[in-house]
Amino acid sequence: MKGLSIGNISMRFDLKDGKSIQALKDITLEIEEGQIITVLGPSGCGKTTLLNIIAGFLAPTEGQVVLNDQTVLGPGAERGMVFQQGALFEWMNVRSNVAFGPRMKGMPKAQQNEKVQHLLEVVGLSDFEDKAVYELSGGMQQRVALARCLANDPDVILMDEPLGALDALTREKMQGLVLKLWKETGKTIMLITHSVEEAVLLGERLLVLAPRPGRILKEYKLPYAEMGSGMDLREVKKSEGYIETRDEILSIIWEMEEEIMGRVENN
Amino acid sequence: MAILLIYIIVFIIAFYAVHLVTKMMTARKDYTSLKTVTFGDESAVSPNRPASIISVLAIFMIWGAFTGSKLMPFHAPGPFIGETSFTYTAMNAAGETDGAEVIVTVYDIQSGKTPPKMKIDPGPGFAKNDTANIVAWRSGLIKVQRNDVGSKEDGYKITEINGQEISPSSEVFIDDARIYMTAKGTLSFTPEKGWQMQPIWLPSPEAVWSRLVLVASEGYKTFTLAEHLGWSLLRVVVGFLAGALIGIPLGYAMGLSGWFRGWFDPIVEFMRPVPPLALIPLVIIWFGIGEEGKIILLFLASLWIMTISARAGVSGVNISKIHAAYSLGASKRQIMRLVIVPNSLPEIFTGARVSMGVCWGTVVAAELVAAQKGAGMMIINASKFQMTDLVIMGIVLIGVIGYSIDILMRIAENYLVPWKGK
Repeated sequence: MKGLSIGNISMRFDLKDGKSIQALKDITLEIEEGQIITVLGPSGCGKTTLLNIIAGFLAPTEGQVVLNDQTVLGPGAERGMVFQQGALFEWMNVRSNVAFGPRMKGMPKAQQNEKVQHLLEVVGLSDFEDKAVYELSGGMQQRVALARCLANDPDVILMDEPLGALDALTREKMQGLVLKLWKETGKTIMLITHSVEEAVLLGERLLVLAPRPGRILKEYKLPYAEMGSGMDLREVKKSEGYIETRDEILSIIWEMEEEIMGRVENN
Repeated sequence: MAILLIYIIVFIIAFYAVHLVTKMMTARKDYTSLKTVTFGDESAVSPNRPASIISVLAIFMIWGAFTGSKLMPFHAPGPFIGETSFTYTAMNAAGETDGAEVIVTVYDIQSGKTPPKMKIDPGPGFAKNDTANIVAWRSGLIKVQRNDVGSKEDGYKITEINGQEISPSSEVFIDDARIYMTAKGTLSFTPEKGWQMQPIWLPSPEAVWSRLVLVASEGYKTFTLAEHLGWSLLRVVVGFLAGALIGIPLGYAMGLSGWFRGWFDPIVEFMRPVPPLALIPLVIIWFGIGEEGKIILLFLASLWIMTISARAGVSGVNISKIHAAYSLGASKRQIMRLVIVPNSLPEIFTGARVSMGVCWGTVVAAELVAAQKGAGMMIINASKFQMTDLVIMGIVLIGVIGYSIDILMRIAENYLVPWKGK
């Protein structure tokens, strides 16, 4: 069966003081090939833990992740990752960063270069091959990170708050790029974010996680990702239903945050 | 004290002079000059270049002025050199008094010429005229009574110098000298020392320079200057490389494996705060004073620093980078070679810089203790012969080399790890 299947995942671990934490409980999720799914939740709800389990960096205490009929036992090239920041290799130039995956597979140099050139064009960084990574702005660095991930041609792309450190304007541009890449490549994408707006905009499906224990609270099926690949994102954000959905999710998250923090008096 | 006071005065005068001059020149309108808050704003404080230049000049000027340097147009008052005289009045056993003159020649022993003994007329009366030669900066006894008639009899005594009364264990000051009468009644003559330093304490800059030229061409103690310095450097490089060769892999192992870290942590953490100099006695007992012992000492000096920096380099890798590399299909070996090692290079370079500095200090100290050649041996040997100019020259050269090592390491760092701190 094609697609990513997350079956009954639970994650429980002991702390040093003897207490144990239930980070995730009974998470079940089927993601079809080519879907883009966003995950939202208050801090500490286990979003990143879930992503790390799918990526294979953590082993769940119960349940399993199956990708294309293969159980995930560790990290692998078929599941690409895009991190918030600082995951590029500063000692390599842009070309070597993007070519890292193909190089690991032993692809010939000429083919690597061709691929790098093509991908940099896709992410809008042509002619930046020979630049050092630390010379680029934050947005450009994330473009390189996307290109590096795509160069390996993964089945699933896992993104851990990839746009979290960018300023608002750059972020908006990058959201458009993520949608464009999703449409053009047809990859399965799972994106974790703190921003409700971003989650509503980019998610064909949107999962709201609740904390203690981490579980799926609600799932939305949204049309905006599809719309966004055809029209301006600003227009999408003005469209009917978008604002209502955003506000609804925002109040859910708000309430959960307040529960965690203890209710704060406000008028 | 006086020199410190002069230095402070030069500092203050230079401060006001430079500020006056810069005020008179048209001020540059850069960004910093427009800041109203500069006190406490570190970015607004940049080193004042004229101050640096004047600082270096002031040290050389004070050095020159107080050592009688020929390069300096003005000097602190030097010691009295030349002829002076005083008269004394003696009282013999019979209670009669008579006067006589003493001519004193004060000469500089560094010139190598001892003034000839003067012939003078002894003069009338029972007190006879005398002459004496005294070395500048020192003092000497002048037995003026030796040629006087009746000086062996009881009751004979010297009562006045230049008309000033004197008694045993007291002193009088005349022009250019101080005269002290010992408890037994002999005169001790101390010529005016002035404010200048004796060459044996502090030679003049040109003396140090000419010593450098001399040692550079003739060598010192069977080895040339280049050999002395070269051997010190060679020991440092060999010891450092040995330390890096063992320390870096050890640090990597400690950063990557819990067993290695557990095993070596107590050793490294204990050895790191032990100053390498404290190991010198043990190293001499175990390995002797030859090259072997020195290189082992330097190896130990750099080993722990390199181990700790390599370990820190591995521990400092952002976990996202490792995760990203695994997700891109890299094997452990590839992650080691392409991620962990390059990521740790900046830390290792910092460690190497510290380590080279420590090694340079340690090698000089080790050579001070025992060596046939080397920069440290040169200066400790020179100090035993009171060749202060050679000692100062050696210290300056050691400083210059230490500074050059650090600059070279920094250049290498900028070239090899340009992403450091970015």
